Amino acid sequence: MGFWETFYKNKLALTGSGIVLLLFFVSFFAPWFAPYDPGQIDLKNVLMPPSMDHWLGTDQLGRDVLSRMIWGARISLKVGFVATGVSIIIGTLLGAVAGYYGGWVDAVIMRFVDIMLCFPTFFLILAVIAFLEPSIWNIMIIIGLTGWMGVTRLVRADFISLRERDFVQAARVIGAGDLRIIFVHILPNAMASILVAATLGIAGAILTESALSFLGIGVQPPTPSWGNILTAGKDNIDIAWWLSLYPGLAILITVVGYNLLGEGIRDSLDPRLKK
Amino acid sequence: MLKYILKRIFFMIPLLLGITIICFSVMRLAPGSPVDLETQMNPKSSVEMKERLKALYELDKPIHQQYWSWLKKLSRGDLGISFASDHRPVAAKILERIPITILLELLSLLIIIAVAIPIGVLSAVHQDSLFDKITGVFVFIGFAVPTFWLALLMMIFFGIHLGWLPISGLRSLNYEYLTPWGQFVDLVKHLVLPVFISAFGGLAGLSRYMRANMLEVIRQDYIMTARAKGLSERDVIYKHALRNALLPAITILGLSIPGLIGGSVIFETVFAIPGMGQLFYMAVMARDYPTVMGILLIGAILTLVGNLIADVSYAVADPRIRIS
Repeated sequence: MGFWETFYKNKLALTGSGIVLLLFFVSFFAPWFAPYDPGQIDLKNVLMPPSMDHWLGTDQLGRDVLSRMIWGARISLKVGFVATGVSIIIGTLLGAVAGYYGGWVDAVIMRFVDIMLCFPTFFLILAVIAFLEPSIWNIMIIIGLTGWMGVTRLVRADFISLRERDFVQAARVIGAGDLRIIFVHILPNAMASILVAATLGIAGAILTESALSFLGIGVQPPTPSWGNILTAGKDNIDIAWWLSLYPGLAILITVVGYNLLGEGIRDSLDPRLKK
Repeated sequence: MLKYILKRIFFMIPLLLGITIICFSVMRLAPGSPVDLETQMNPKSSVEMKERLKALYELDKPIHQQYWSWLKKLSRGDLGISFASDHRPVAAKILERIPITILLELLSLLIIIAVAIPIGVLSAVHQDSLFDKITGVFVFIGFAVPTFWLALLMMIFFGIHLGWLPISGLRSLNYEYLTPWGQFVDLVKHLVLPVFISAFGGLAGLSRYMRANMLEVIRQDYIMTARAKGLSERDVIYKHALRNALLPAITILGLSIPGLIGGSVIFETVFAIPGMGQLFYMAVMARDYPTVMGILLIGAILTLVGNLIADVSYAVADPRIRIS
């Protein structure tokens, strides 16, 4: 069975893609979907519980929570894609070089991976942010720079199993250079596992960004992000439950969506892996 | 056995060096030098004073010498002086907070083991049963729940709505006036939510791993042999299969340590627990660079030690590892 046929039959994978597509749609058309301006302060209506006017209530400055969450979806999407892009590029390059050349190059790269894995990732991210400014670009790049090790291991394993195959030997015999063999002949065969890692990586990056923003060192207010709405939730924990409940639910559903999609892609690419 | 342990420790040395190099490089990211921090705000600072401070911090020397003398200080347990207003040695500040964090981590590891292993084993033994399906959904959601959000919801429900559990700190205000038993109960009450939240993330991973492991082991030839010679199903599953499925879980527990330590920043901040994670968060917010570096280093070393313990206990449990 081909990829799409298997994928279409997988209800969970379809649910995942549905969630992800919906998020794309909402973030792309955020200005049209959001009932209010996400930055519009209304001091007469602070901390209002959910009502017909404000479906998900208002925050401590009277801003509409639903509108802020819709704009927050944009941030999540951006962080997820950029951070994962950074870690996939680094991970793929290092993994390809390590797996293809082997020997001391491989040894050096893999020891570096081992060292990086000793650091509790969240500590490393926080430490770097302490030294730089917590702007959204810095955060995306730092999340990416601390998340490439898994991809490296994955790509390296693929390259080791592929580099002695007949089609690679054939390419070498007709005189293809190393770069050509790596990028044109082997890499396309490793794309499947990279794609799965990327989808699951987006979920992880979104979780990390929300935790950082929640702690106040991620996306800075007034820019709305799901994490920093939750900070307001914590500050008003005894009076405004809606500030805590809904943004977290949005994070949960988004992460579930990407995880379902990632596992669905994996099962459809390689039905043997299916439980 | 001793030879194996010594070998593992020997392999840790290059990793340890690598860790210090990364920490040292992160420290170099700091905008300006520590000298600027101390002189800019001080109207009495002169050029000579700046030079003197530079010499004191050895900033006038080439970078590899700076690294070397930092390393030498490190080996004496000297992590520098905190930039915070108390100006205390970083090592002392960290040391007094480590026990709380380690206590919390150990308690949550115990909970993870006690809950995740039975769940994983039962759902593998009764594959595709209702129990397996329900736990499957829970595990999937467990992977996706932001723990700090779960912490907020628990605080709202158990702390504010029901009023059963305290939501911040480790002690009540009247702690001093309680009987020893009362003090113990008070501490336990304060620990329930943080330990549960800290354990939660690890639960999903380990139970899913145990399930996969158990499914794999059940299909092995030696299990069929055990069944063929007429052992009861209980003996087959809980004596022959379980032991073999448990072994690799030790490694997974070792691998989950950095996640637990990293997570301590979040739940210690949310629950206002005076541990290493909270100190780290405060140091990051205050740009207290020596403390940030010290905790980063200690976190990595704790991870390394955790992995060593996992490797050694794996070797104790499985003779095949020792020999190869």
